[in-house]
Amino acid sequence: MKKVSNPSLAARRSFLSKLARAAACTGALAGAGALGVGVAKGASAKTEAKPAAEGGSFPTKDYDWTKHQWAFGVDATKCIGCLRCVEACKVENDVPRNAHQFRTWVERYVYLEGEDRARIDSQQDPVNIAASGSEKEYRFANRYKDQKVDKAFFVPKLCNQCTHPACVQVCPVGATYKTEDGVVLIDHDYCIGCRYCVQACPYGARYFNEEHGVSDKCTWCYHRITKGMQPACVEACPVGARIFGDIKDKQSPVSLFIRNNRVQVLRPETGNAPNVFYVGIDKEVN
Amino acid sequence: MEPLINVAPYTGWVYPNETIFEWSVLIAVYPYLTGLVAGAFTVSSLYQVFGFERLKPVAHLALLTSLCFMFFVPLPLLLHLGHPERAFNATITPHWSSAMAMFGYFASFYVALLLLETWFAYRPFIVEKAQQRKDLLGTFYRILTLGSYDVSDKALRYDQKWILWLAIAGIPGAHGLHGYVGFVFGSIKAREWWSSDLMPVIFLFSAIISGVSLLAVIFVVSSKLRKIPIDLACLKGLAYTIWGFIMVALVLEGLEFANIVYKGREGVEMIMEYVTGPLLVPYFILQFAIGAILPFLWLSYMIWRGTTGRALIAGVTTCACLVLFSVFMMRWNVVIGGQEISKTGKGLLSYQMTLFGKEGALMAAALIIAPFLVLVVLTRLFPPWEDHAKSSSSLRSHA
Repeated sequence: MKKVSNPSLAARRSFLSKLARAAACTGALAGAGALGVGVAKGASAKTEAKPAAEGGSFPTKDYDWTKHQWAFGVDATKCIGCLRCVEACKVENDVPRNAHQFRTWVERYVYLEGEDRARIDSQQDPVNIAASGSEKEYRFANRYKDQKVDKAFFVPKLCNQCTHPACVQVCPVGATYKTEDGVVLIDHDYCIGCRYCVQACPYGARYFNEEHGVSDKCTWCYHRITKGMQPACVEACPVGARIFGDIKDKQSPVSLFIRNNRVQVLRPETGNAPNVFYVGIDKEVN
Repeated sequence: MEPLINVAPYTGWVYPNETIFEWSVLIAVYPYLTGLVAGAFTVSSLYQVFGFERLKPVAHLALLTSLCFMFFVPLPLLLHLGHPERAFNATITPHWSSAMAMFGYFASFYVALLLLETWFAYRPFIVEKAQQRKDLLGTFYRILTLGSYDVSDKALRYDQKWILWLAIAGIPGAHGLHGYVGFVFGSIKAREWWSSDLMPVIFLFSAIISGVSLLAVIFVVSSKLRKIPIDLACLKGLAYTIWGFIMVALVLEGLEFANIVYKGREGVEMIMEYVTGPLLVPYFILQFAIGAILPFLWLSYMIWRGTTGRALIAGVTTCACLVLFSVFMMRWNVVIGGQEISKTGKGLLSYQMTLFGKEGALMAAALIIAPFLVLVVLTRLFPPWEDHAKSSSSLRSHA
């Protein structure tokens, strides 16, 4: 998922390039350009109901983003913490192979006997990296083997593709945007690398790619799902803890998952309205 | 592996992506500079708009100081961007829902206003120099006259009207610019340490005290360098201004902290662990005790005792330096502090400032020092001192 461009942004850019050719780049032009954007935006709003594939720059031919509404389910009771999802994601999406930047990760919650708070770690924890022997491979160290564990579980995390995404709200240039089918994407050719979105995400789902100078995050493998495939993490999961699908299709795996379970979302108090639905998480998970 | 900067050690539980510090010391320098701009402009407006006659000797100096610091405000941001060459995207295609999108407009408007007001304020001086000098510098002044050589009483009265209205427009301009910087942080709901309705006003009042303090220091140092007696009435006026605003700043910051503690929302335990641990010295000792309460008490004592002479000069200068330090610590504690408390509410990170590099300590120091160097040059070209610019600084009497 590298160069997915929003048609409205493309319209804006072509409009602006014409504008820029027409006038010298002065401070006054800046104001006029802003007004122009408003016009371009208004124009693109009218065409938003059109299939995205007609936008020209869309990667998948014949894909109609008005016909889908993607959603993600996580069944934490099934996750075994094997971290294949994390490795699959890193490979599939060219995520830097280090212990600091992830599009998806898995958290481990362990309640030891006599303790009232969970001990929480993830694959990036130095103890776990030492166990795997490399920052490019991930595994959970068996660090509690000599202690009595009362309760323990794993929680896979990824971008929540919120209905009201704080990251989209704060982006000063509109490089990150919400698609019609419910995924939040980043235009890497337009991102200025201010990292305001990284700060604004309450879930820590975004990171800054130093090499490319832009923000990055999980896209639910938009390049795959628009071709009818599953996200890489879903495909790699050996136990079916990650469920993906179209909620416009009432018989899709995710529709059934939401219908047949009592699901919850992370940090509902933020007002972000996340679209990753969890089963089997505990009070300390946020 | 890519070159990673600012990998932060941590304790407790933090999200994996948080282990890299994204907003460095430069993002603390940015609001510090805008604050100095807004504060210095306040002094100029106190004289031009509100008629504080005793601040007359620093009115032009305030304008020049504001201008010099404003030149450097965008630099920390540009150095920080992953793609600085795309910086103007925010101005030509602003995303209006973003608090940050307005920066280009606010900053451009304010620079234009400052340039215009400075031009009007210095017009008689520029005309005088343009007519006197025949050298290259004379050509420079002749260009700056923009073809207007009329310095009759009528023309000067007209200029004064412009100065007054620009100064009036500059008050919401300068303060809006800085209040907006506070909003950039205060509107982020993901971070409990930032997310506060009070943040814009806290930034504003700390900005005012920092800018006035900056002027007090520059006024004293420049008078010493020029070997002229320091205008004590003016210095006292600056001291009163700092004293008055520091009270408001202290109350607001106290309220902000009390609110976080009293509301005790999720994650407050980690905040308390943070402020009583790693933040104890930078926050309570440096920012509050030494940087704000000490100068407040010292200034109160001097005002109460009617201190004058060398004791007043030494006292006000020291207090101003302490306030300047305190406000920098406030910026640091907000920007860096906010990121040191994990979004999980269950862990703390520790920022590792690098010395070199485009986001290192040396660059931060250079960005704070550079405006002073430009100010030295500008004061040579446009002396803000009363004895040099009689005609322009006595404008108010014409009006």
